[in-house]
Amino acid sequence: MFSPSDILIIPFDDWVNDFVRGWLVPNFREFFRAAQVPITAVLNGLNGVLQTIPMLVMTALFALASWKWAGRGIAIFTIAGFFFIDMIELWPETMTTLAMIITAVLFCAVIGVPLGILGARSNRLWAVLRPILDIMQTIPSFVYLVPIVMLFGVGTTPGIIATIIFALPPIVRLTNLGIRNVRGDLIEAAHAFGSTSRQMLWDVQLPLALRTIMAGLNQTLMLALSMVVITALIGAGGLGLVVNTGLGRLDVGGATAGGVGIVILAIVLDRITQGMGEANGVATFSLRQAFSNLFRSRGSQPVGETGKAG
Amino acid sequence: MQPKVSVKKLYKVFGDAPDEALERLERGEKKEAIFEATGSTVGVQNANFDVGEGEIFVVMGLSGSGKSTLVRMLNGLIPPTSGEVLIDGEDVASCDKQTLRRIRRSKITMVFQHFALFPHWTVAENAAYGLKIKGVSASERRKRAITALDQVGLSSWADSLPSELSGGMQQRVGLARGLATDAEILLMDEPFGALDPLIRREMQDELIVLQKTLKKTIVFITHDLNEALLLGDRIAIMQDGRFVQVGTAQEIVSNPADDYVAAFVADIDRGRVFTADNVSSDPAAVTLGKDSAEDAMRVMEDLNRHALYVLDDARHVAGIVTYQDLATGLNEEGSNDDLLRDKLQAEYPTAEGDAQLHELYAAASEGLPIAVTDDEDRLVGIVEPEAVFAQLSGEETAERTDTADPGPEPDADEPVADRTPEDTKEKERDTANV
Repeated sequence: MFSPSDILIIPFDDWVNDFVRGWLVPNFREFFRAAQVPITAVLNGLNGVLQTIPMLVMTALFALASWKWAGRGIAIFTIAGFFFIDMIELWPETMTTLAMIITAVLFCAVIGVPLGILGARSNRLWAVLRPILDIMQTIPSFVYLVPIVMLFGVGTTPGIIATIIFALPPIVRLTNLGIRNVRGDLIEAAHAFGSTSRQMLWDVQLPLALRTIMAGLNQTLMLALSMVVITALIGAGGLGLVVNTGLGRLDVGGATAGGVGIVILAIVLDRITQGMGEANGVATFSLRQAFSNLFRSRGSQPVGETGKAG
Repeated sequence: MQPKVSVKKLYKVFGDAPDEALERLERGEKKEAIFEATGSTVGVQNANFDVGEGEIFVVMGLSGSGKSTLVRMLNGLIPPTSGEVLIDGEDVASCDKQTLRRIRRSKITMVFQHFALFPHWTVAENAAYGLKIKGVSASERRKRAITALDQVGLSSWADSLPSELSGGMQQRVGLARGLATDAEILLMDEPFGALDPLIRREMQDELIVLQKTLKKTIVFITHDLNEALLLGDRIAIMQDGRFVQVGTAQEIVSNPADDYVAAFVADIDRGRVFTADNVSSDPAAVTLGKDSAEDAMRVMEDLNRHALYVLDDARHVAGIVTYQDLATGLNEEGSNDDLLRDKLQAEYPTAEGDAQLHELYAAASEGLPIAVTDDEDRLVGIVEPEAVFAQLSGEETAERTDTADPGPEPDADEPVADRTPEDTKEKERDTANV
């Protein structure tokens, strides 16, 4: 039976090998090494801070945040969960994982929100961006682990870079969506009063898109958490390493302990960011207010009302 | 005087081939034919009009007539395909971005159909939006926003959110936002279209009251002819992107330019369009102490009237006498100098020249001619009850407006007519009819 490969065989794998090994790595290795410096700096700083904060203080902070944005039940869960993590002797690993995730999400936000804004302003840019995001989201992460190791080496920072690639699309997509979905008549009104595009962005578009952007941030955070174990394959530390080590030694208990730690962290972070997103989504908050609310008691914004408006 | 807003040969074609569409338009092709041939939609074709300072210019048309497109071209929200839009002499259609922004910030402001209030800000912050854009300091902004909210009666709601307000109140905030910047030109795009009828009526009255003190130059878009007739100093009726008629409420109702306009005006309340001045006639009168009862009767016989006003020396109305009373008096007492004074009735129906006809119904039912008086209480005309009802029924309108137009006295003018010189009105009507 005839098949196209009888006529032509495309050495696609060789091409990619030549491209990555023959051109990208030798020419750009130094550049990529330099590019990871800020990520390493943020990660080490964060990890240092999180490791030095006493476990009880940290638990109290997280419990407060849960109580403020997600309600009493989640606050109780946070305390119980964090105590459990400490009791199974995984607290330092959990903090390392937390530092990695926060770093990854931070860089995703710094890269993703501006990209989403630019994409919302230009249909042409969005037409280019969209397929790239699709690829980033669908390509199996194992495929880019190897080139990442070649370019960045092994360790936690390359792991975070892999996480950023995997977790970036939702925040770009949802920022774009949020800005495009701001009511047309509000945009028109802002134009009619002589807004510049910067005034339009800060006064109207960002505050009104904030709820959607926060949903994107939540999605990004969840994707980052799902990468924890995979990045351990290229030398990242934290709970992922615990799971991986357990897997390697067929130590079911150790792997499960690491897994439970990840799940507890995921639930707490998910609920807190979701609650923040909903609170911000209520039309009552400007961007500045949203940030200042971080430091205000929960009493000033009744949960009932936010629920209704959402 | 230079008009505030001057629109010349303004066209808007939506679609990829605007030039071809313009050419076809010049050849006189119809909107539908052009759409079929080129795929381009004609939004506005050959709009020409001036709006004077302090005037309310209403553009009335059904949906799809191009009125919203027209108003958005006035502040550049939609760029025109060709033509000029002069705001205080500056062309919005061709100026650069900075100029356009400056004009939008300082000269021209807009009120939207669906209010377009920012949901994340309080009422005061919304009202202060234009000032924020201009870079006014926060405290000054707040002060001026509260002043603007005061004008619309909402200053006590300053710290509420728009979502806590009813539709009518929200639109007042929209109006306050427009007023706060002190722009002289106010564009209102169907501002009351989303409100229920009672609130709409209330807002219309309030706008009229506000306009008396604000004297803004207003371009008002509506699909409701009654609203147009109530508010407009002049009204443009739009159909398929072009003006079919431009004129005062009275002109449009009494002389519809074509069947389309005639169909519109057929069921409007004429009592609210025409004023006492429109139906008043020559204030023939006799003067007390100078003319005798016989003189009065002769005047009535000449004019075929059954009652006549009597003036005192200062030309103020002293009262009214009827032919019947005088005739009976002559019969019983014979001719004497006091007869006119004896038969004088001090009670008589009276109205201001700008009173609408529906306000005259009660006075007209008394059967006596209604005295039309000016600010100093002098007689400037009389309204025969029959004239009121003739005008309402729409009969002999042409004759009536002809006699009413010059006015019985030069200072008893209609507020509208003198703003629009007769020649420009004629010109506009000509271009509209092309």
